[in-house]
Amino acid sequence: MSVLHGFLGFTLRRTLGAVVTLLAISVIVYVVFYAAPGDVAQITCGPRCSPAQVRQVTEQLRLDDPLYVRYLHFLQGLFVGHDYSTGTSVEHCSAPCLGLSYQSDQQVTQLIWAKLPVTGSLALGAMVLWLLLGVGTGVLAAWRRGRLDERILTGVTLAGWATPVFVIGLLLMIVVCGQLELLPFPQYVPFTEDPEQWAWNLLLPWLSLALIEAAKYARLTRSAMLETLAEDHVRTFRAYGVGERRIVGRHALRGAVGPLIALNANDLGSLFGGAVLTESLFGLPGIGRELVHAVNVVDLPVVVGMVLLTGFFVVLANAVADVLFAVADRRTVLS
Amino acid sequence: MSLVEVTGLSVAFGSVRAVEDLSFRLEKGAALGLVGESGSGKSTVASALLGLHRDTGAVVDGTVRVAGVDVSSASERELRGLRGARAAMVFQDPLSSLDPYYAVGDQIAEVYRVHHPASRRAARARAVEVLDRVGIPDAGRRSRARPHEFSGGMRQRALIAMALACGPDLLVADEPTTALDVTVQAQILDLLHTLREETGMGLLLVTHDVGVAAENVDEVLVMRHGRAVEHGPVGSVLGSPAAAYTRALLKSVPRVDVPRPAALAGTAPSGSAGPAGPASGAAVLEATGLRRVFGRGAKAFTAVDDVSLEVRRGEALGVVGESGSGKTTLGRMLVGLLEPTAGLVRHEGVAVSGVRPDVQMIFQDPVSSLNPRRSVGESVADPLRARGERGPAVRARVAGLLERVGLDPAHHDRYPHEFSGGQRQRVGIARALAAGPRVLVCDEPVSALDVTTQAQVVELLDELRRELGLALVFIAHDLAVVRRVSDRLAVMRHGRVVEYGPADEIYESPSDPYTRQLLAAVPALDPDLAALRRAERREAATT
Repeated sequence: MSVLHGFLGFTLRRTLGAVVTLLAISVIVYVVFYAAPGDVAQITCGPRCSPAQVRQVTEQLRLDDPLYVRYLHFLQGLFVGHDYSTGTSVEHCSAPCLGLSYQSDQQVTQLIWAKLPVTGSLALGAMVLWLLLGVGTGVLAAWRRGRLDERILTGVTLAGWATPVFVIGLLLMIVVCGQLELLPFPQYVPFTEDPEQWAWNLLLPWLSLALIEAAKYARLTRSAMLETLAEDHVRTFRAYGVGERRIVGRHALRGAVGPLIALNANDLGSLFGGAVLTESLFGLPGIGRELVHAVNVVDLPVVVGMVLLTGFFVVLANAVADVLFAVADRRTVLS
Repeated sequence: MSLVEVTGLSVAFGSVRAVEDLSFRLEKGAALGLVGESGSGKSTVASALLGLHRDTGAVVDGTVRVAGVDVSSASERELRGLRGARAAMVFQDPLSSLDPYYAVGDQIAEVYRVHHPASRRAARARAVEVLDRVGIPDAGRRSRARPHEFSGGMRQRALIAMALACGPDLLVADEPTTALDVTVQAQILDLLHTLREETGMGLLLVTHDVGVAAENVDEVLVMRHGRAVEHGPVGSVLGSPAAAYTRALLKSVPRVDVPRPAALAGTAPSGSAGPAGPASGAAVLEATGLRRVFGRGAKAFTAVDDVSLEVRRGEALGVVGESGSGKTTLGRMLVGLLEPTAGLVRHEGVAVSGVRPDVQMIFQDPVSSLNPRRSVGESVADPLRARGERGPAVRARVAGLLERVGLDPAHHDRYPHEFSGGQRQRVGIARALAAGPRVLVCDEPVSALDVTTQAQVVELLDELRRELGLALVFIAHDLAVVRRVSDRLAVMRHGRVVEYGPADEIYESPSDPYTRQLLAAVPALDPDLAALRRAERREAATT
């Protein structure tokens, strides 16, 4: 009972912490972008806007008000939504409203919603692959520690870690799609349209991301397991006749779970904010590519929205990781 | 055929020869104690019995036969069949010896299933059975707890349960009670004794504590530098030792039942004056109503509660208690490293706060309390430099201090790792002396040291007290060491002082039940007396 109680309290505290962190992030992001020098209304609206349109933007974003009023107005959009008057009609932007992209004539939230499935598909699929590849390699390396094959394996993972994604991705595309013609050049097909095509087209992006990330996971798994293998309790199980395979697979791997959760949460969280290089390389219309575009044309509301989105996912992933960590290691809750 | 036959065993780790040409036998149901100081190779022998040196790079020579298995030539499979099933091992630190992530019962069940073709459920039932056998209350429920949810004594019981699970012929216990409080130690040793009587297991007990051996084995083998020094029935080895080393070892062992030598007695009168009586020496350090609370709200924990005591000039005040009794917290408040939640600390009658030169601390672990990246000379010079001393005079002063604590002043520029444990503790003492204190507060100053080294450091502290007129506050869990040092004694429990007065009076006729319990739990060096004590404890437990 008390353990369960502890978990609930811990989860609650952790959620509260996440909300506070997110609010702090929103303040910083808002100030950085909207309190910057220059004509915010003109920049937001875009270079081809008429003075009348700029006037309208100023009114819609309350740019004549003091900074904190503007920020609260922005926050209000996030929690309850806004109605933007365009003079003749009213456009409703429901919560969480991140404002309007005047340059693409869309609500930022809708724009993100449209891109999120692409980035989500990429990130989650890659995660499954890198966990399989990385943890598998790490376990193997820990089990065969010190032997020649382990050293080669460790060398390869180090090389994988050191290779940029555009090199691996480009190589994969040239070989698999260009020379061997095993796959067509990737083109995003939504999962809801054709799951099989979705997977085939994402295979190379998944692989290129996973190969690089897997190296990191293999190294973490290996070192965490070796650390556990050096601990006293492993000696106990050896002294009781438990086989090496079981010691590595059950006791040593268990010690690596915590660090793996923490690393994975960070990686997944930041990937959800857009895998800029991978998406650009494979022409995937995800958050990352949209962010690059928005930065290029200085579409302020979109940039702000996406930075907040990244922050949201990183904080969320870390909060989830902390709770999982507490489930994995009950000592966390007690201390 | 003997249960254990070791012939000409040598174990080398690289160029270090840990064990050399050791031979002994252990018959079924008998108990042998391997006794020695750190580095004597006793634990290495214990590991060799189970073939644990295999694949570690250690070079093992000689033959080891355990329960009919030739450990050095056995296949990996045969060896695994031996380990846990016929010969089980209990380790020193019960917390780190269990996997923190799995329930205690599951870990025992896992070991059971390695050796028996049992279902998960049956193995789990066996785990609960053995946990119940070793005296874990409500074993069914507690078997689902993780090791950190157990107390130290319960963890060691759980480990013994794991050892019992497969009904082994031999139990190898490597310092099984060293990490435990003395009352808990007595319980665990009594448990081992009972189990042995019931199951007829043989016992190989590895220990540095001669008293623990005296109580629990039939034969002892004294080891030093990897070799056997003396081997024989426990009564004759401890009663009339033949080897010079054994005699020296026994002489160093502090005795709780022997009054402190007259030569060591403090300058302040102890016997005649009652605890609150007038002292000829003035109080140099005085604590009134000291209280310390850690944490807030529901988690608040009172570590020290309303402690008042005084330390007179040139006397030694012993503070004794088990872990969690608040003795370290009290020491830190006396030195000013920790602010009391309530109460006052007075130096020579003046209320003070913070660390002052006149009250200095000596810490338990001389390894971690010295900066490994600075030479010992620099460390000793710290208090001098803090006082503003500069130039060549500092070096000369440090040389004098090193000499005073029995170190070679030429070792000024050496680093802590180049010294032995006892020497490092001497460095710590020199550093404390550098500040020019009137009081030394020593927190477990010798508990990390071997008995012969312990005796030397205790001797040094006493010498400093006599010659420099220093007052000592000697905090320790070891009642025997404290008796050797103290003029007066404070016994602590749960943050409070339960008994306070002249040391000899308390040791001879303790008035507090807890003090009596503590004293009864200290292992006696005389095997006959030990058996008597054990019978008394059993009686006390049943009534």
